[in-house]
Amino acid sequence: MKEFMLVFRNAQSGAPRLSPEQMQEITKPWQDWIGGIAAQNKLVERGNRLDYEGATVHAGNVVTDGPYAEIKEILLGYTIVKTDAIADAIEIAKGCPVLNFGGTVEVRTVVQMNM
Amino acid sequence: MQTGKELIPHLFRTEYSKITAVLTKLFGFEHVEIAEDIASDTFLLAAETWGIKGIPENPTAWLYAVAKNRAKDHLKHHQIFSDKVTPGLQTAHDSLYEINIDLSPKNITDSQLQMMFAICHPAISAEAQIGLALRILCGFGIEEIADAFLSNKETINKRLFRAKEKLRNEKVKIAFPDASEINDRLQTVLTTLYLLFNEGYYSLSQNITVRKDLCLEAMRLNFLLVENKSTALPPVKALLALMCFHASRFEARTNEDGELILYDDQDTSLWDRELIEQGKYYMNLAAEGNEISKYHIEAGIAYWHTVKEDTSKKWQNILQLYNRLLLIEYSPIAALNRTYALAKADGKMVAIPEAEKLNLANNHLYYSLLGFLYSDIDNEKAVCHLKTALKLAKSETDKVTIEKRLLGLMK
Repeated sequence: MKEFMLVFRNAQSGAPRLSPEQMQEITKPWQDWIGGIAAQNKLVERGNRLDYEGATVHAGNVVTDGPYAEIKEILLGYTIVKTDAIADAIEIAKGCPVLNFGGTVEVRTVVQMNM
Repeated sequence: MQTGKELIPHLFRTEYSKITAVLTKLFGFEHVEIAEDIASDTFLLAAETWGIKGIPENPTAWLYAVAKNRAKDHLKHHQIFSDKVTPGLQTAHDSLYEINIDLSPKNITDSQLQMMFAICHPAISAEAQIGLALRILCGFGIEEIADAFLSNKETINKRLFRAKEKLRNEKVKIAFPDASEINDRLQTVLTTLYLLFNEGYYSLSQNITVRKDLCLEAMRLNFLLVENKSTALPPVKALLALMCFHASRFEARTNEDGELILYDDQDTSLWDRELIEQGKYYMNLAAEGNEISKYHIEAGIAYWHTVKEDTSKKWQNILQLYNRLLLIEYSPIAALNRTYALAKADGKMVAIPEAEKLNLANNHLYYSLLGFLYSDIDNEKAVCHLKTALKLAKSETDKVTIEKRLLGLMK
């Protein structure tokens, strides 16, 4: 089994004001997607979701507000899965709800210390 | 008025474990067999005497008096035993005759709780822990244990003997673990109680009485932990809530022949409302603190199963709880149940591709689930999956259930 990190990105959307029902509509696909990976016993780490707020530190003490200035898509979060081959991890990534909101999923092999 | 025939087995169950626990605590775990012998002797004498003379007014007091005398006699007559053990007795006394055999309710409860920690010890396998718990903590006969495990008396005897040997070698003490250890040790105790309950609830044994007793005993032991201050932690209460919710369906889930009635086909009027209320009570108590254990989540799932109405809300909640349970701990059965809940919540067409990803070949429940999902969508495929399930199923109960579903589909 190899581990792969699925990295989610999306265009910055600002924070829309949502009703609890709308929030639930957004939450459920994520819960079901993660639950579906866990049900295949392929989840290593559910990972984290990152907030929009942030800063970027550059060389020479330059700090810019947020990650937004130079890139259109920002990092939203990640999840780590374990599969036999990258093709299986890509299959899992195809179900990621971020794709329904115009985002992308990058699938990257995690380098193992014990090869 | 109870007749002796009904009274003695009942008393045996409840009092055997109390007498054994108190005496083992007094003698030390290395002499657990002597404690068991004294308890058995006491009951043999009771059975014979009461058979001839009738049942005394206070049978429990009679048993305790006899057990005390037997214990003292044993100490008196077994010089080697008394030379070795008496000096080391936890309550040191100058004279043998002053040894206090304390069968007060408090000492009985404490001894049983401490015995629970001694038996549910990580040094022995979960199976051995359950066996010992049934024998020593619940007063089950070897034959009943063999029946519950679908095994035979010799195998069970050997298993219990080896487990006791191992605990002796580990120098296990009949005592509460230190405060720093209690959380870890409690995990093992809870796992054993959980398995003990499941052994009764999901057992393949046809003996319904024994199966129900296993569940009730698991609940009784869990209750002791809930009533005791240092062990009354949220996961302990959550596990008791889980057991109450499950046990509420006990009458509804088997027919007169001991065949399993599936959840969807149960007569909901047979569900025990009182146990459901008790489950809710312990569930509320379990909500204190921030910890959410797997028992909390399983109790939540069990709670939603006590709701009769087959609503979308019910199945959405069950689905999300299974999603969370799988994040704590993967198990094939949780994966299958999660997919079933997904079908009930979002429809079979959503669940089918998810089910096919589970890849649980060799598991008859997996093919059973696929059979259910394809029913009314592609009956030919459903039949094919159910036939595979039938080939893989081991117990008669499972085979009968699958055959019935096959017949229904092929009509």
